Amino acid sequence: MKNQLVGRPLARRWFLGQCGVGLGSLALNSLFAESGYAVQNDDPLAPKQPHFAPKAKRVIYLFMAGGPSHLEMFDNKPKLAELDGQLPPKELLEGYRAAFINPNSKLLGPKYKFARHGQSGAEISELLPYLKDVVDDIAIVRGMSTDAFNHAPGQILMNTGSQQFGRPSFGAWTTYGLGAETRDLPAFIVFSSGSKGPSGGNSNWGSGFLPTVYSGVQFRSSGDPVLYLSNPEGVDDELQRDSLDAISSLNKMRLDKLGDPEIATRINSFEMAFRMQSSAPELMDISNEPQHVLDMYGAKPGVGSFANNCLLARRLVEKGVRFVTLFHEAWDQHGNLTKAIKANCESTDQAAAALIKDLKNRGMLEDTLVIWGGEFGRTPMVQGGDDGRDHHPNAFTMWLAGGGVKPGITLGQSDDLGFNVVEDKVHVHDLHATLLHLLGFDHKKLTYRFQGRDFRLTDVHGNVVEKLLA
Amino acid sequence: MRLAAFRFAAPLLLAALASAEPVDFVRDVQPIFQKACVGCHGEGQQLGQLRLDVKSIALKGGLSGKTIVPGDPETSELYRRVAGLGDQPRMPMGGELPAAETATLKAWIAEGAKWPDEASAEAKIETHWSFIPPKRAAPPQVGDAEWSKNPIDRFILAKLTEQGLKPSAEADRTTLLRRAYLDIVGLPPTIEQTDRFLADKSPQAYAKLIDELLASPHYGERWGRRWLDAARYADSDGFEKDKPREVWFYRDWVINALNQDTGYDRFVLEQLAGDLLPQATQSQRVATGFLRNSMINEEGGIDPEQFRMEAMFDRMDAVGKAMLGLTVQCAQCHNHKFDPLTQEEYYRLFAFLNNSHEANIVVYTDEEQNERRAIFEKIDAIENRLMASKPGWRKDMAAWEQKAKQGLPEWETLKLQHEEPSGQKYHYYEDGSILAQGYAPTRHVVTLFGKKDLQGVQAFELELLMDPNLPRGGPGRSVYGTAALTEFEVELIAKDDPKKKTKLHFVEATADVNPEMSLVDLRQFPDKEQKRRLLGDVGFAIDGFAMSAWSTDNGPGRRNQPRKAVFRLDKPIDAEGEVEFAVNLSQQHGGYNSDDNQNLNLGRFRISVTKAEDAVADPLPAKVRQLLSVPAERRTKDQERTIFSYWRTTVGEWADANAEIETLWKRHPEGTTQLVMMEREDTRLTHRLERGNFLKPKETVEPGTPRFLPAMHAETPQEAPRLQFAEWLTDRGHPTTARSIVNRIWQGYFGVGLVETAEDLGTQAPDPSHPELLDWLAVELMENDWSLKHIHRLIMTSKTYRQSAAVTPELLEKDPKNRWLARAPRLRVEGEIVRDLALAASGLLSEKMGGPPVYPPAPKFLFLPPASYGPKRWTVEEGEDRYRRGIYTFRYRSVPYPQLDAFDTPNGDAACIRRARSNTPLQALTTLNETTFLEAARALAARTLESGGKTDAERLEYAFRRVLTRKPVEAEKAELLAMLDKQRGRLRAGELDAQKLTGEAQPELAAWTTVSRVLLNLDEAITKE
Repeated sequence: MKNQLVGRPLARRWFLGQCGVGLGSLALNSLFAESGYAVQNDDPLAPKQPHFAPKAKRVIYLFMAGGPSHLEMFDNKPKLAELDGQLPPKELLEGYRAAFINPNSKLLGPKYKFARHGQSGAEISELLPYLKDVVDDIAIVRGMSTDAFNHAPGQILMNTGSQQFGRPSFGAWTTYGLGAETRDLPAFIVFSSGSKGPSGGNSNWGSGFLPTVYSGVQFRSSGDPVLYLSNPEGVDDELQRDSLDAISSLNKMRLDKLGDPEIATRINSFEMAFRMQSSAPELMDISNEPQHVLDMYGAKPGVGSFANNCLLARRLVEKGVRFVTLFHEAWDQHGNLTKAIKANCESTDQAAAALIKDLKNRGMLEDTLVIWGGEFGRTPMVQGGDDGRDHHPNAFTMWLAGGGVKPGITLGQSDDLGFNVVEDKVHVHDLHATLLHLLGFDHKKLTYRFQGRDFRLTDVHGNVVEKLLA
Repeated sequence: MRLAAFRFAAPLLLAALASAEPVDFVRDVQPIFQKACVGCHGEGQQLGQLRLDVKSIALKGGLSGKTIVPGDPETSELYRRVAGLGDQPRMPMGGELPAAETATLKAWIAEGAKWPDEASAEAKIETHWSFIPPKRAAPPQVGDAEWSKNPIDRFILAKLTEQGLKPSAEADRTTLLRRAYLDIVGLPPTIEQTDRFLADKSPQAYAKLIDELLASPHYGERWGRRWLDAARYADSDGFEKDKPREVWFYRDWVINALNQDTGYDRFVLEQLAGDLLPQATQSQRVATGFLRNSMINEEGGIDPEQFRMEAMFDRMDAVGKAMLGLTVQCAQCHNHKFDPLTQEEYYRLFAFLNNSHEANIVVYTDEEQNERRAIFEKIDAIENRLMASKPGWRKDMAAWEQKAKQGLPEWETLKLQHEEPSGQKYHYYEDGSILAQGYAPTRHVVTLFGKKDLQGVQAFELELLMDPNLPRGGPGRSVYGTAALTEFEVELIAKDDPKKKTKLHFVEATADVNPEMSLVDLRQFPDKEQKRRLLGDVGFAIDGFAMSAWSTDNGPGRRNQPRKAVFRLDKPIDAEGEVEFAVNLSQQHGGYNSDDNQNLNLGRFRISVTKAEDAVADPLPAKVRQLLSVPAERRTKDQERTIFSYWRTTVGEWADANAEIETLWKRHPEGTTQLVMMEREDTRLTHRLERGNFLKPKETVEPGTPRFLPAMHAETPQEAPRLQFAEWLTDRGHPTTARSIVNRIWQGYFGVGLVETAEDLGTQAPDPSHPELLDWLAVELMENDWSLKHIHRLIMTSKTYRQSAAVTPELLEKDPKNRWLARAPRLRVEGEIVRDLALAASGLLSEKMGGPPVYPPAPKFLFLPPASYGPKRWTVEEGEDRYRRGIYTFRYRSVPYPQLDAFDTPNGDAACIRRARSNTPLQALTTLNETTFLEAARALAARTLESGGKTDAERLEYAFRRVLTRKPVEAEKAELLAMLDKQRGRLRAGELDAQKLTGEAQPELAAWTTVSRVLLNLDEAITKE
């Protein structure tokens, strides 16, 4: 599979010849930009400077789809344990809409024990034995709140800033704003693990009304990492290279004749594709990682897992990928809460904590922003018998690390039942404003004109949460 | 801009008064309004329905009456309020105006309240070019005789001259031919077609070509796909479940309507209100699918009304962009400074569309319609035969009827409240019936609680009712509109302990439909464990077995009608006074995957009780029962026939004939469904929604058109509002409808519209590049019966269109975006056409038109978790459906077909008027490595060897022309032949394996496959030049 022919000088004969004649000043200017290939001046992925010096240069978003229960993992509620089996106070439920349950259902005490950890004394539950070792590197945001209480709208809101489909995702905004650091790989890459795919599908990483080059590209940790990455059956690397040379050569003839700069871009796209064919599989092969690194993540070469995806995310950002989202859809515990959430933590906790450690060891944590969280939390009220919780938008927990996030803090507080945020509330729009701030953007100025209006990730909302900034 | 200007004027105020000059509105008055009044009486809010930034509204006055009476300050509410006269609250609220300013206002009114038109907020809106109906401008005179024949060219050339540019020479004939093919039908010309055209030296050759192409049915496919973008067409629901839906009748309707050159006014009208036309045909009802292409959220626990509203917003957005040529979405939440459409006006438009059912109807293809006709004719003939055989049948039927009318038990409807753990939602109708909505679990029990005195009750009745919002009208929720009831149970709940329940014992079940026993169809309702699950008569609902269920499905053609079942108790209920009870409706016969269309749930149902003895389900179908109340002598022939058709089944001696008819019914075609609009009988009120939030309805609004667009004709008040709206939108006087579509046709040819923002011609749109041409084309369209083909022909035959696409450095510098069209555009074709071109060039393409969407090769994992939310159906086609045009590829919104996705095909989340045109490495990977493209390369190679001549040179030319239409030049030949030779060598040397490359041990085929693959991957191969 490994491509021996990358960079073979002959491959570039089309441009070593009289290339540039007839190309016009347009493409010539940047012909030698980057790794020596034609990049147009109006290249939408050219690296760009944000509004001010960024703290974070890249993002890894661990999207815990389904709605992880803050009450079992991050938000200790002894009072809720006391009130287990009783009805919630009436005034709390005024105007409250629940997805499945009658809101006036009995309260359900937390299923797991909490303890304080690290120098910061952060309080998390026994479900997270690995995260406890890195609590001093993360900021736990207990005051999250959102507007949606169904999965697809909730995930779309968390990923695009709107419950309505058709808006660009956070990753798309980021690549639109910052461009790409590498041309051998897509700037925005998406993985999916868990029991299902994300609700709402590819709109979670879509480019909305932004140019489609800013869309996330789906990768897989097993099989072909990118669709159509492998040569077709019977085509070896030399044939692929010969084909590309012939294609480039003929395209170049056409370019000389017609002068359309789009042809130069096409030539360039094919060369990038060819390079991706060799760089991506190499990059995706984690078997060459040292055993202790594999062990740290709990990764096993050849299987599709969240652990492997975490390790891959690190490998990808190391190579200059701007934005990686790992979807792990597993957290929708309407029933079987006690067992299922434990299993979920077992398959995610170690790798998420390892990612923090690994990035830190490599000196990358300081400019890599890591985000952990789902689309909403879970109700303090029970669903079904005594082992389930419904969707809950009013209060939930996320954590952030690196990239200019203040480490070792726990921000925000919910009420005694974990129902409403009572201190330092962070709405999804505030989170987005803060994340963009860390990436060097004034969220009010990162705009795109569409339908006669300047759109932004935060729409007309959002305040930067200063307390989260290092 | 006009607002900013006011501020500078303020300091001059006092000076003006001191000098006793007349008051100047702009200098003296407007600044006061701006500072003190428009916060509450301006664009953002119009308290008391008053605006002081708009002349007409201010002079008309608000709710408090005459605001400004020119010449009479004392009776002008404005002055009275600011001066504190009368008992109304003094203005402005929370602070008095300085005396000097009050005096200025008084003086201004006294002097006649002169208010220049241009100083009104409205002024700009009313004069915005696109809000004034287009007028045909005389095409400018230009010096060039060749460029004077077609009016389009005169507009273009005049502008070019003005810009100091000259048009390019005409493209060579081969290029022109290929361009015309790609533009009109989206397919390349064949070698034969090319040779024929090149050989035709007559001056009419080109015009003839255009006529031929416009007459091709592929025109409808090519241009229909563009309309489908605007109509946000997709074959699935979107959101989490993203279930398949059947809407391809609408897709085919669009293709056919374009091919028939249906007038654009009619085309739009039918899509908005085809169902409301007199004697609406199936096709006209299908057309309203446009409004139904919105996404549907059926994830567990959703509030159906919330997502009905989302769909309404989406409809508004689509109508705005696709038809009105205006983006209206911004006004959903509040008024916008720069947007002429107010929020109230948005909801008035909304009200036109808000009174519809989201219906799902059965539709039949022409062949199916013929089959149906044949069946009905045969049934009629048999019934005629029966009538003839028994001349006294009317008397017999009357006797039967007398009996049938007697002894009907009295039923009392129960008032119930559901408990449903699955997240399915229920709507309670006033008639006591309950409609299941939202998420459809495939296996579940709904429990309905009631509290009532049941003393003496002997039987329960379950009615299954029709509802337009159910698939095929119901009565069930399955894709067939059917349902299966696994078990019907009633429990009495003990007064002292809610956990103590006594199950009632049913001894008899009767129903008006009792299908023969059958196994559940595992194709539609698959079961992971392959358990045998039975459907059949109503006895299955009380047999205590979870494997068997009562089915309402008695086959196509008759399955969608109301049904009833009666369950008789072993003994009358003996429970004094009010008791709590639970009715459990167990439904366990759906498939395993609730993320697919696999439910067999009850749709709309009602439960009643009777104290009558021996109650049974009325065997008469509801419509027959209803007709019995019409006196025999007043019945129409059809009504009598309906009764007869039931009665004959009760006549023992007609058993053979009845069986014969049953056999005919079994041949009734299945049909297809289509999402459509259906008007509601009662009126649904529309409210303005605060911030677009459906939980915050404000005042009600009536249907109405925005003030900046022409008023509606008052002559059709009795028509349904949606039809009125459609007529208004397609009226000759409407300023944006025709402009919007001619601009989009222009965009289709030249890449950019005359107005760049083709979805929005409103006040925020950039100025048109050629405003007179745009208007000229709009008028030309309307004056030619809204014929779109007429506009196509005009553009295609213009000199402008026929220019060469070659770019010179000078042109690139002077007009990089080619807005002035001194050259033809050179554009990569759309994703579907990228596919079509490869298939056509290789000879694989199936030209079959229409029908259900197809599943070309795609990686299987994409349609399985965790790539997809749930498992999705994608059975890769084998036969010709593997190679259909891209427009027929099945479109899941959440998992778009990868090749189309890579080439910027929109996924139908929202109306798309302008596609992106990216150029990426993922596209290169797709055309290099994807299965279909490799199959195309092989097929092209095989065809080349078969019919491309004898020599390499001949064959190369053949393959080259199939892909690129033109012949190769020497350098190209040399490059490709070198490639061919090298790969031949490698094949000989065993470095390449022909078997692997082509599936056959034929080195020559393999060598040519490598060359074909290069050709299919050329930039030119997917580009219109």
